Amino acid sequence: MQTLFFILGAVALVSGGLVVFQKHPLRSALWLIVNFFAVAGIYLLAHAEFIAAIQVIVYAGAIMVLFLFVIMLMNIRQPEDAPKIPFIGQKMAGIILAGFTGLILIYGVTKAALTTGKEMAPGLGNTESIARSLFTDYLLPFEVTSVLLLVAIVGAVVLAKSKLK
Amino acid sequence: MVVPVQYYLALSVALFALGVIGVLIRRNALVIYMSIEMMLNAVNLAFIGFADYFKAVDGQMFVFFVLTVAAAEVAVGLALIVAIFRNRGDVYVDNLNILKW
Repeated sequence: MQTLFFILGAVALVSGGLVVFQKHPLRSALWLIVNFFAVAGIYLLAHAEFIAAIQVIVYAGAIMVLFLFVIMLMNIRQPEDAPKIPFIGQKMAGIILAGFTGLILIYGVTKAALTTGKEMAPGLGNTESIARSLFTDYLLPFEVTSVLLLVAIVGAVVLAKSKLK
Repeated sequence: MVVPVQYYLALSVALFALGVIGVLIRRNALVIYMSIEMMLNAVNLAFIGFADYFKAVDGQMFVFFVLTVAAAEVAVGLALIVAIFRNRGDVYVDNLNILKW
């Protein structure tokens, strides 16, 4: 189990790094799909089967299709025409700042007081317990989510339709 | 052999930092967007790790809602990027300085 976690984690990290450091956005998008699949595998290891399936369908399926569609629709220029970086050392400064962010996160994680977990063996399957929780405790957020999706649909249609003078 | 929650958190932190690097050093709006997606994914991973650790379903509920919000955000954000591309002809963030007068 742990070796599987290490393999999937290594795949996720390498593909994530390739997403960031590939020159062409199309290659970044393809590596991001690999990253999403690796993370979905880790969800399976963590007994979150429903979330893993949703991850593959929504993220690796729908969202990445949208990304690839937009990239190909734009017929983006070759990276050589990209504008020059405005000041020298911006790349280095960005990496250093991200490193600091990581250090702060590591500090917060190590400060977290982890007690031993509750020993509550779920009698239900993963999907069934999620459904029960979704339609009882989380009913209001669930309904609000549907409104949010409606707003997003309307917004996307309006943005894509108008000429935006 | 169960995976300790610290491993999930470590991987989550690493992925999040990678996403931050991508947002800070890349010039293409689409790649910046993908890096943001990767950061959302890292947060989801932490949620799932804790949900497994505490044997509770609430962490997975939060991941469910994060996924929904991410899908809505991608739809609107990509529509914005397409509108900008139609208007200006490229999507490099350095060229989007029309608000800087």
